[in-house]
Amino acid sequence: MTRALVNVPKTARRGEVIEIRAMIQHVMETGYREGPNGVTIPRHIIKRFVCKYAGEEIFSAELFPAIAANPFLSFSTVATESGTITFEWTDDKGETQSTSADIAVT
Amino acid sequence: MNTNRPTLDQAIRSFTGGKQLLEGRVKFEISPLVENGNAVPVTVEVDSPMTAENHVRRIALFNEKNPQADVAVFHLSPRSGRARVSTRIRLASSQTVVALAETSDGSFWSSKANVVVTLAACIEDVSKA
Amino acid sequence: MLRPVLAATLALTFLSFARADILPKDKRSGFDFMSPQTQAMQSDETSNPGMLWVLDGERLWGEPQGSAGKSCASCHEDATKGMRGVAARYPVFDEQSKRPIDLAGRINRCRQTRQAAPPLAHESNELLNLTAYVAYQSHGMPVAPATDPRLEKFRENGRAWFERRLGQLQLSCASCHDDRWGARLGGSIIPQAHPTGYPLYRLEWQTVGSLQRRLRGCLVGVRAEPFEYGAPEYIDIELFLMSRASGLKMETPAVRP
Repeated sequence: MTRALVNVPKTARRGEVIEIRAMIQHVMETGYREGPNGVTIPRHIIKRFVCKYAGEEIFSAELFPAIAANPFLSFSTVATESGTITFEWTDDKGETQSTSADIAVT
Repeated sequence: MNTNRPTLDQAIRSFTGGKQLLEGRVKFEISPLVENGNAVPVTVEVDSPMTAENHVRRIALFNEKNPQADVAVFHLSPRSGRARVSTRIRLASSQTVVALAETSDGSFWSSKANVVVTLAACIEDVSKA
Repeated sequence: MLRPVLAATLALTFLSFARADILPKDKRSGFDFMSPQTQAMQSDETSNPGMLWVLDGERLWGEPQGSAGKSCASCHEDATKGMRGVAARYPVFDEQSKRPIDLAGRINRCRQTRQAAPPLAHESNELLNLTAYVAYQSHGMPVAPATDPRLEKFRENGRAWFERRLGQLQLSCASCHDDRWGARLGGSIIPQAHPTGYPLYRLEWQTVGSLQRRLRGCLVGVRAEPFEYGAPEYIDIELFLMSRASGLKMETPAVRP
């Protein structure tokens, strides 16, 4: 488990467009770098990010090595109902990591 | 450096399927002079009502001179409310970067930016780090 | 005809090489020399990558370490209260070694003497996490160096290192950071070298690192053999630099290019 930091407003009005931010600690090794002795460091990146709101996908991203280390994403969604917003990152080995945040919509 | 990668035009064509690129609607925020190519903040905003009938489906970023043309593809929907995404990208050298938007009517819009990337003055000796 | 010109040229040359401490009114953090984009990356905690290390430090603070089964919190309780202002004073005089100690050294000292835990390795994520978390508790507070008179001679040693020409390039820290701050080295603007934000996220490193890592980078840059991690020279230099930065606000975790 690597550290993730997500930012979701704690409350919102129904219909309001809110900004969501998600950042996760990950080296995003490109596979193009050489380490000591000229040996290429193997690629190891997060490939996919999915955000769901009360179970429904509201945003996703395909990420490539050109995304900076400790990938940061900011996107919007319409506040529709109180519930849990989940964040899931999947790397190129198929391993996933998730976190979540709750929002109260009035 | 990988010289076998697709050109920027080829990368764009692979995303659009060869469809014509339309000018406008895409605002691409990226600094023309970058302090460090390891983490370049970018924001893409597309002028769209984001309704079920008229919204942005995908936003894609491509580069001209990195080892690989792809940077990211973002999937949006009417639930997004606003077509605006931000992230931080890597640029290996000064080059052109392109932001593309695919709208729900199947058309493609684009915005290009030319970015100068400066390298750090002193390279750290990583073998001793 | 030539003699007065020669004399004037020599006088001007001497003046331009004379070392000048930064005037208080000109004292500025490295933050001020960055682009607005990089400044925004630091200022917003939800986009500052250094916060990932601070958050991990918060977790480590509460986890029992070593065979004594104690966490930092066991003695220090709430870091937001107990550690407030601590990093802004460091380095401080250490009774055991009778010389200055930096924050990372103090954390490792606590681990060994109070937690029966092995010291954390230099530049390890765990040590950076804890150091960043503790230093973060001084965020926004002015640098207020410890005033123990026993630190004086070590501070002067730090100043001597700052002013000493080193390496194949025979440059001192002062050559750039006192005399040429604001000018450019390659494409980069030279800052004044105030370590107000360490440990910090450096875009060049793509990770968080310590002041010692940065100093080593500069030593390699002037083609000098860098001291080993933990060397007393680094502590003395940090002691001097923090005095020189007195009054500037703590920024940990800073972001720098």
